[in-house]
Amino acid sequence: MQKALLIDPDKCTGCLQCELACSYEHEGVFNPSKSRIRVFTFHQEGRFVPYTCTQCAEAWCQQACPVDAITLNSETGAKDVNDSACVGCKVCTIACPFGTVNYNHSTGKVIKCDLCGGDPKCVSACPTQAIVYVDADQTGYEKMRQWAKETDNSPAASA
Amino acid sequence: MSWTGKILRVNLTEGSVNAEPLNMDWAQQYLGQRGLASKYLVEETDPKCDPLGPDNKMIMATGPLTGTMAATGGRYSVVTKSPLTNCIACSNSGGFIGAEMKHAGWDMIIFEGKSPSPVYLYVEDDQAELVDASEIWGTSVWHTDEWLHNKYQDPLLRISAVGRSAESGCLYAGIINDLHRAAGRSGVGTVMASKNLKAVAVRGTLGVGNIKDPARFMQVVNENKAILAANPVTGQGLPTYGTQVLMNVINEIGALPTKNMQEVQFDGAHDISGEAMHEPRKSDGKPNLTTNAACFGCTIACGRISTIDKGHFTVENKAKYWGNSGGLEYEAAWALGADTEVNDLDALTYANFLCNEDGYDPITFGATVAAAMELYEMGVITDEQTGGVAFNFGSAEALAKAAEWVATGEGFGQELALGSKRLCEKYGHPELSMTVKGQEFPAYDPRGIQGIGLNYATSNRGACHVRGYTVASEVLGVPVKTDPLETEGKPELVKAFQDATAAVDSSGLCLFTTFAWDMTNIAPQLDAACEGEWTPEKLVELGERVWNMERQYNMQAGVTKADDTLPERLKSEQGAARTGPAKGRYSEVEKMLPEYYEKRGWNEEGVPTDETLNRLGL
Repeated sequence: MQKALLIDPDKCTGCLQCELACSYEHEGVFNPSKSRIRVFTFHQEGRFVPYTCTQCAEAWCQQACPVDAITLNSETGAKDVNDSACVGCKVCTIACPFGTVNYNHSTGKVIKCDLCGGDPKCVSACPTQAIVYVDADQTGYEKMRQWAKETDNSPAASA
Repeated sequence: MSWTGKILRVNLTEGSVNAEPLNMDWAQQYLGQRGLASKYLVEETDPKCDPLGPDNKMIMATGPLTGTMAATGGRYSVVTKSPLTNCIACSNSGGFIGAEMKHAGWDMIIFEGKSPSPVYLYVEDDQAELVDASEIWGTSVWHTDEWLHNKYQDPLLRISAVGRSAESGCLYAGIINDLHRAAGRSGVGTVMASKNLKAVAVRGTLGVGNIKDPARFMQVVNENKAILAANPVTGQGLPTYGTQVLMNVINEIGALPTKNMQEVQFDGAHDISGEAMHEPRKSDGKPNLTTNAACFGCTIACGRISTIDKGHFTVENKAKYWGNSGGLEYEAAWALGADTEVNDLDALTYANFLCNEDGYDPITFGATVAAAMELYEMGVITDEQTGGVAFNFGSAEALAKAAEWVATGEGFGQELALGSKRLCEKYGHPELSMTVKGQEFPAYDPRGIQGIGLNYATSNRGACHVRGYTVASEVLGVPVKTDPLETEGKPELVKAFQDATAAVDSSGLCLFTTFAWDMTNIAPQLDAACEGEWTPEKLVELGERVWNMERQYNMQAGVTKADDTLPERLKSEQGAARTGPAKGRYSEVEKMLPEYYEKRGWNEEGVPTDETLNRLGL
């Protein structure tokens, strides 16, 4: 079964453990500026929102790459960057509508979420389950379950 | 090895910025943050120096675990000589700038001298420069933060700054980072402003990568994160209610100082409690609390993010206070609320916002307002001083006005900005200042909790709960329950808490982890990350070394045994608690003090003996 990241900003506290885990996994360093996932703070609203690549099926980054350095990992569903092929032209960073592919000046390659090969470290690092790794075809399951409970009028279910 | 091995030395007189290697021998003896920065201060400054003169230095220091994935590893400390107490000051803050400093490649930044004109320090990895701050001098912390973010077009810049209170001479000004986290106590912000240093803006992209044993580090970090999550205080109480979880608890045991510490219980405690912050307001149906929030790397997330009702009298037509910002934690809610008998949660939140916006300590501020209210009700302070504002206990209007005055240093704010000791002395009633060594008490009454009174009396930065939080044991039963009204065994308990705290404060971790962790949890994280062997025993000894070093500094600065005491109100029959479980009790600090000195290896005058100093390598 293929899985996907599911992010719930309501649960996020803005601690950046996900960014630290991500940068450590990929770069061997605790360094948010090298993280593939980022947490955004909306101060006035009191909101913290983690954001990363959603692994588009027809990925703009993949289609834009002139050297086919971005390929589908059929096991994880991730669009992986092949470092030996990437020439650092950054066209993918322009093509991506979501900003989740970024250039790493220290390596001259682009970086993006690769789901850690199927064991995403942001998920295990998150202390509040704001980021979970679930059935890619059922990312709405939990939300559906909550609404199912809401719409069910049986007294037993609401108790 | 987890230290970067680099110090940034900023000479403000000369306008120079230089890198130098960290003294690694000292790092082994003093670890980082509080301990290591204090060592540098002790070695480089005269304890008798004028805290607001160019000879005093101000050190911003990270710990070895700052910037790593260790839970709560985002702390930094500001160490200097305090203008409020004339003692050594160490104020500790979370937020994000500590980790950013580390990620930029610096263990600490030492500021010395005084700039001829206002400047700020800009740090981008290994590049640092002093920049003219004339455009932001005379503005608030919040404005300074916005201005710097706009100037550099960099949302990831992390900023520490002082506000208008510090510039106008408030003796308890703090340094605010990330808009609402604070190195809050003892006037460290006053020192920063005295050097004409407005702000420190940091951007770090290098990270921390030199962990000694990465695999073991990740393993122990994860194990200890799980312990925090499973603990009822760090896993549930603090995330849900913040430190405000304590308001009702401490009131019930009769240890909530009220009305300038005339009473030990407050009728309005529930109205200003953590629980109340969750309740829908009558006016707009929204709760005061929007969400909890974490500092860098923190898996507890005790921070409060709050709003004020737009219709509340404090913020009418003042849109800049309508959004979310840092909400009340327990000490602030107590000082702004119980000690002044103001039970208006939104008014307290407004005062708290102003404390952040213009950078001053809500504990000392609230307690000073409480002292002024007592003087006003005695007729000593009159409408002449307050400009016609009725300064009675319970007045939310008076609290809000006082907060506005101190923020900018206007009118009666100039007197309130000096703290209760100087205020009460000026008006001929020094006995009404609830302070030790010139610093106001926090929110635990020594009449109802005996150990904490001894800790206040002996704390190296004046009255302070986070030098030796015996409340953990005496009230919450961590690590073992002791009777809060008992004095026996307390000297040893106080010493143990003080030493352990000094070690935690030197590590880069937050003291709040110690509701769930002890040295056996912290030592393995340090040992996996840092050069050298780090055992629980070594950490406890390191903490004791730091404590004694601070004590020596203070004695050279002029502190004597006579300063290790509490105000008469708290230690005499006349001031005994009038209600609650501690009714009839007063602090027996003088009974406990000789035994405390003995346990510390100090002589009868409170001076560390040669034997003690030798044992600790001092």
